[in-house]
Amino acid sequence: MSIGQAFLGLLETRPSHGYDLKRAYDERFGADRPLAYGQVYATLSRLLKHGLVTVDSVESGEGPDRKRYAITDAGVADVERWLAQPEKPEPYLQSVLYMKVVLALSTGRKATEVLDTQRAEHLRMMRELTRRKSTGDLSDQLICDHALFHLEADLRWLELTAARLDDLAAAVAR
Amino acid sequence: MSALLVAEDLHKRFGATPALDGASVTVGAGEIVAVMGPSGSGKSTLLHCLAGIVTPDSGTVSYRGQPLSSLSDARRSALRRGEFGFVFQFGQLVPELTCLENVALPLRLDGTKRRDAERRAAEWLDRLEIEDVAKKRPSEVSGGQGQRVAVARALVTGARVVFADEPTGALDSLNGERVMRLFTAAARDSGAAIVLVTHEARVAAYSDREIVVRDGRALDLERAR
Repeated sequence: MSIGQAFLGLLETRPSHGYDLKRAYDERFGADRPLAYGQVYATLSRLLKHGLVTVDSVESGEGPDRKRYAITDAGVADVERWLAQPEKPEPYLQSVLYMKVVLALSTGRKATEVLDTQRAEHLRMMRELTRRKSTGDLSDQLICDHALFHLEADLRWLELTAARLDDLAAAVAR
Repeated sequence: MSALLVAEDLHKRFGATPALDGASVTVGAGEIVAVMGPSGSGKSTLLHCLAGIVTPDSGTVSYRGQPLSSLSDARRSALRRGEFGFVFQFGQLVPELTCLENVALPLRLDGTKRRDAERRAAEWLDRLEIEDVAKKRPSEVSGGQGQRVAVARALVTGARVVFADEPTGALDSLNGERVMRLFTAAARDSGAAIVLVTHEARVAAYSDREIVVRDGRALDLERAR
């Protein structure tokens, strides 16, 4: 995950303290995995070292000093570069599911059951995401949709494989 | 959950082709059940048998404990008008009537006065967030709005079960989603069950449970585990 770039993007809208950055990140991108404080400060010190952010002010009070971070021109350029670059598409060519189907067939087990069990589990997860979407805000909806479309693609693969099991069994037996 | 619709060991052939080959299904009151399966697996035939549109060659379909085959034609029609609702992929609205009149139609056919019928129809259009199409004809509204009109018409009578065959089949993702969200929320509010035939997993994900029809038999993969 590009936590560094996400921080830079958040800082580009306004300077922030580490704690507020973490909160903004968790709220928008964290889903169920909030950042650890260690991660937050390690990321900020790395950005600081590379000159992508600077400490804009320091407030002292009770407890440790609170530093406020701001993005630098180099930081803005970095965000720009990151946004312009496409992400590598991830074709899951090493599919565990494919492996399970082939091994079920070659060991004389019922591959249909492997596919059906997976199908039920996928649909259960899709229902959960659909429920979550119905109570969530727009960003929840977009994040859940992303997951739903991927799960749907898996399901279509499961259906197609189920329809091709006889051919696959013949190929495996060879 | 009490059983609303129970189908047992349904067989149906069209000529030499078997469409159903021992399908059994139970739908609980207020339950949303998705029926999935490859093309030609018999899922639409199953829906039509459950709704009493098609009579199976053998096996029984019971609604609230009463076999549909034991009912007179008149009683079966009354059941389809009052207790059952239908939503299809398209082509189900009467083109000469406004959307409001389309929704009011099942009530009018049952003898409800025009004013009462249209008042209740207007409430349903409102609930499906399309109050602004009331005076338009079906040809003047979008596909998604038309499907929401069909949903309103299916539920306006207080139907206990709505049979939906690919209700979002002709819609894009965003509109399909809006139809499903409003449709399932409205059905849950009014305690109606839905039997939903779809080939899209994202649509099926609005259900409580999925049945897969394969080679004319109905499988409940989740209960089977």
